[in-house]
Amino acid sequence: MRVARVLAYGWFFRMKMLMRSSFNSWLGVLYPLFFATVAFFMFKAGADSKPLLYSSLGAAVMGVWSNTATPAGSALAQERWHGTLELEVAAPVNFALILLPLTIAMSTIGIYSMAATLLWGWAVFGIPLQITDPVAFVLAVPATVASIGALGFVLAVAFVRFRQAWALGNMLEYPVWLISGFLVPLSLFPGWVRPISWLLAPTWGIRAIRGAALAGPSYGDIGMALGVGAAYVVLGLLLVQRALHAARAKGTLSLT
Amino acid sequence: MRLSRSLAYARNVAVVEVEELARTYRTSTGILRRRTVEVEAVRGVSFEIAKGELFGLLGPNGAGKTTTIKMLITLLLPTAGTARVLGLDVARNAREVRKRIGYVFGGDRGLYERLSGLDNLRYFAELYGVEPRVQKLRIQELLQLVGLAGREREKVEGYSRGMRQRLHIARGLLHDPEVVFLDEPTIGVDPVGARELRATIAALTDAGKTVLLTTHYMFEADALCDRIAVIAQGRIVAQGTPQALKAGVGEGTVVEIEVYGIEDAVVERVRALDGVSNVGLEARDQKQVLVVQTLPGRELVHAILGHLHGSEVGRVSSREPTLEDAYVALVE
Repeated sequence: MRVARVLAYGWFFRMKMLMRSSFNSWLGVLYPLFFATVAFFMFKAGADSKPLLYSSLGAAVMGVWSNTATPAGSALAQERWHGTLELEVAAPVNFALILLPLTIAMSTIGIYSMAATLLWGWAVFGIPLQITDPVAFVLAVPATVASIGALGFVLAVAFVRFRQAWALGNMLEYPVWLISGFLVPLSLFPGWVRPISWLLAPTWGIRAIRGAALAGPSYGDIGMALGVGAAYVVLGLLLVQRALHAARAKGTLSLT
Repeated sequence: MRLSRSLAYARNVAVVEVEELARTYRTSTGILRRRTVEVEAVRGVSFEIAKGELFGLLGPNGAGKTTTIKMLITLLLPTAGTARVLGLDVARNAREVRKRIGYVFGGDRGLYERLSGLDNLRYFAELYGVEPRVQKLRIQELLQLVGLAGREREKVEGYSRGMRQRLHIARGLLHDPEVVFLDEPTIGVDPVGARELRATIAALTDAGKTVLLTTHYMFEADALCDRIAVIAQGRIVAQGTPQALKAGVGEGTVVEIEVYGIEDAVVERVRALDGVSNVGLEARDQKQVLVVQTLPGRELVHAILGHLHGSEVGRVSSREPTLEDAYVALVE
């Protein structure tokens, strides 16, 4: 009960903070429009509308990922800069319960990004929003958001340990776009890339969403997205205490 | 008040026990040829704080005050020595220690600026496990205590330095901790705000809390603390009541002489005089003040002035030693 309360209040607190940043809000509004436009021009050749929806959905999930990886790193860099990271670590609550709501809130903002991408594509470029299996689609979206939030959580554990780890978040943004198959099908990549992509929750998330929209039921992929996301949470829980211990030993919780 | 409190805690066991606590930082420099540099921030400090005591850790910037406090509040692991708070080892029982202590630091940092004071307090109340049914009442009590009642719904970014500091104190007390660590809580606060904060700090021990206060304001330590440890270059150089530390300077006299553009060689000649225990040169407004501590029973004003022959000399005065003189003598 107490765990649920800390998670829920933490999520509400982070959402409130994210909404209060006008700079972040503007980026959040503009990014999806940019993604949707790029996706349209990449796939506009031909009369078939399916590739357009395929790319539009990819761009939509790109927005969720981009709202999680980079901002999670910079949010923790800011917490370190403002001295609030130390205060959170000094609290008796399990530190994982502080990090999880932070990254889940960020990927929640990604839901807006997703909706904006799809609507921009529909309104400006005429990309149809025909969903083959609406039930699977409605389940696939939150499963994808949650699993991407969980991946952000694992990254955030590293951000706590290493002062410069926010740069890792920036560095991972584009490779994950590619090897999760957001814009380009994974079949076009060399065979050795695929096992790496299977370890990434966004790969299963985009498969689940595209499957529900373009083909039909995609419950297997939804289950994989949730399963990989759960594995990230377990990994994060196992690593967070080690990361904190190392940060206390090295003195990296603050800038001074 | 100080005497009755001293009698009260003298009967109790120590709630903070620090033995030979040390902390060394390792940093690397260079790009191709990496070189590891070790910095000894704290070099084996030992002290105890009794229940209900207000204990001051006094020292200049970089002396090791904040590093010591961060080890005690479990944010840093010691590299040697041990520390126990309420009988719990700070390295091994971090979570239990955290439940029972409060931490407040000075300055602008440590708050979520874009949110209100109330949002900040509610968030930390959740992190400290304050029961939902008591949370609202507790926050209102603390807002009253620190004088922020009525301003709690304003964004923190609009708060003055003093208001932020009072919000810090309220945050540190949310879970009603038994021991409170205050790291330079009045730094940068205007004189009126600092006086109010000192009254709030004094009220903490009246409410039965044990307080460790770090500061580099001598008068603050003198006014508030039951006992003081002076720390310099990572070591405790003196420990005792403010009165005992002042007495440590001796029964001598402090001679202050206003001078203008005095040369270092002249200062050294004064320092070499028989009967001089310490010499300092302070800048005050447009002039310098030569502060000379003399041993008891020695009348050295004429001898000192003799060495200043040729220098421009202003007002000359003598006084009893203060805690600041004791501090300067210890850390220099």
